[in-house]
Amino acid sequence: MKKKWRELPMAVGMLAPSAVILGLFVVYPLVRAIQLGHLRCDATAKRCRDGGWGQYIDVFRSNEFQHALANTARLALMTVPIGLALGVGLAVLADKQIRGIGFFRTVFSSTVATSVAVASLIWFVLLQPEVGVLPNLFHGLIPSLKQPGLLRDPATALPAVALSSIWASLGFTFIVITAALQGIPRELYESAYVDGAGGWMRFSNVTLPMLGPTILFTSVVLTTRAFQSYAEVALLTGGGPDPQRPTQTLPYLIYGQNSLVKNDIGLKSAAAVLLFFVLLVLAFVQFRGLDKRVHYGN
Amino acid sequence: MATDTGATERLHGVRKVGRYALLIFVAFLVLFPIYATLMQALKSGPDAIKNPQSILPINFTLDTLRAAWRIGDLGRLLLNSLLVAVLVTIGVIITSLLAAYAFAFLDFPGKGPIFVCFLATLLVPTELTVVVNQRTIDSFGWINSYQGLIVPLLATTFGIFLVRQVFLTVPKELREAAALDGVGHFRFLWEVATPLCRPTLGALALFTFLGTWNQYLWPSAIITDDAHRTIQIGLERLKTGDFDKFNLVTAGTVIAALPIFAVLIAFQRQLVRGLTAGAVKG
Repeated sequence: MKKKWRELPMAVGMLAPSAVILGLFVVYPLVRAIQLGHLRCDATAKRCRDGGWGQYIDVFRSNEFQHALANTARLALMTVPIGLALGVGLAVLADKQIRGIGFFRTVFSSTVATSVAVASLIWFVLLQPEVGVLPNLFHGLIPSLKQPGLLRDPATALPAVALSSIWASLGFTFIVITAALQGIPRELYESAYVDGAGGWMRFSNVTLPMLGPTILFTSVVLTTRAFQSYAEVALLTGGGPDPQRPTQTLPYLIYGQNSLVKNDIGLKSAAAVLLFFVLLVLAFVQFRGLDKRVHYGN
Repeated sequence: MATDTGATERLHGVRKVGRYALLIFVAFLVLFPIYATLMQALKSGPDAIKNPQSILPINFTLDTLRAAWRIGDLGRLLLNSLLVAVLVTIGVIITSLLAAYAFAFLDFPGKGPIFVCFLATLLVPTELTVVVNQRTIDSFGWINSYQGLIVPLLATTFGIFLVRQVFLTVPKELREAAALDGVGHFRFLWEVATPLCRPTLGALALFTFLGTWNQYLWPSAIITDDAHRTIQIGLERLKTGDFDKFNLVTAGTVIAALPIFAVLIAFQRQLVRGLTAGAVKG
């Protein structure tokens, strides 16, 4: 008992640096943003009064928020399943002890070296209708690559942003799933083989169930990334093309160049708190929904 | 039975060729954006407009890379990013070691609940905190400063958690024996506990460095001047409307991506060893 209190000063000293930083730049902003979200400001954004919790409901139900939420959800519905499928596909493809496999693994992991900003600029130039490589190579096959260009066509702008994000995340997904594949005991495959299971049967009855926890983890990470997509929107489309603005995601609604709420601290805080809330709900739903179907192997 | 085995083996050979063909094809697709960008960056400005579709290394020149370096002031941007990422990495290692030590080796009232409070901060995304942190940094007078870029990132719950996991595997008796010999906490931390978690610290350093280097939203929220811009937010300045300047953007991305490729290749052995450990039996 005495010992418990004797080490307290030392513990306080050791925890202090982390506690101060996390308190000031993570906990305080959370609490303060929830408070600021109550503020209703006038057009000049100078004079504000307490608008109560009602403002959260108003912001959530506003057309702008709903529109951005729908866009972000659409983006996630493209990036998460396709990103996962490609990651699993590449990992299974490279999961053979054959000569030169190290080279292919390096290639498949290589996009981890590109940041979201670099990946977005790479795709921005690749897709640029006048001087980009893809439109000039394939405009015969897909005319909209050049006229008006994928990023300028309201129908294809969001899929094009998704393409860039999927490519940028591929290295990460590949590495995580490869690591999980290598943790699957060989004996499971051998006994499935002895039981006469073919390649597809072994994949669907051994590989996929054993990858369950990793796929769950990766899908939560990819969903979170989609709901945090800011740099790709800023660099690829600026939320456009106008007037439909199909690539206006939630983070871009809050922080973008021509954001409506940019200078209104009340609306901005409310929208940011709601984004946090959406992320929490999504993570919770994914864990609850998938948890039951996931087999936690040992 | 014998014919059966033979058939399987022949199939195996065909399958092997098929797998290599598929691997090469997919590798080509994955690398294509990087390859095309590199080829574009090696073209001269007029050539990039005249032959946008050519992706073979003909007429290549380093002029575009040089021009991007000069016009974008990329040396400055890279140094800023390096300075910020290195200092943040060192800071995170130190704060993580200290806090993890307290949670793993010290006994104090409220330890469990305090640890849970730390863990809860993992849930809060940057996209929320930037709203208020922008104002905080402003009130410190740290807009357009290195402090603004560095200080908010100096501690992470992820780091504390990771190091604590390793510290928990150290037998308590070791600490007790050291205490009997009069070894203080700091000496024990530095001479016994830290060396034990060197691989974990390596991974933590790698992830922290990459994470800080790749940041976009936070620097763009507090940096508006040229002196403190990082490479991620500074590259955008090369993106003007002029067609003849478009390959400057590709040159900029190539220059920006190179240091990270170098870091990953340098650390690849650790990365691959970590990934393949336990799978090299056959």
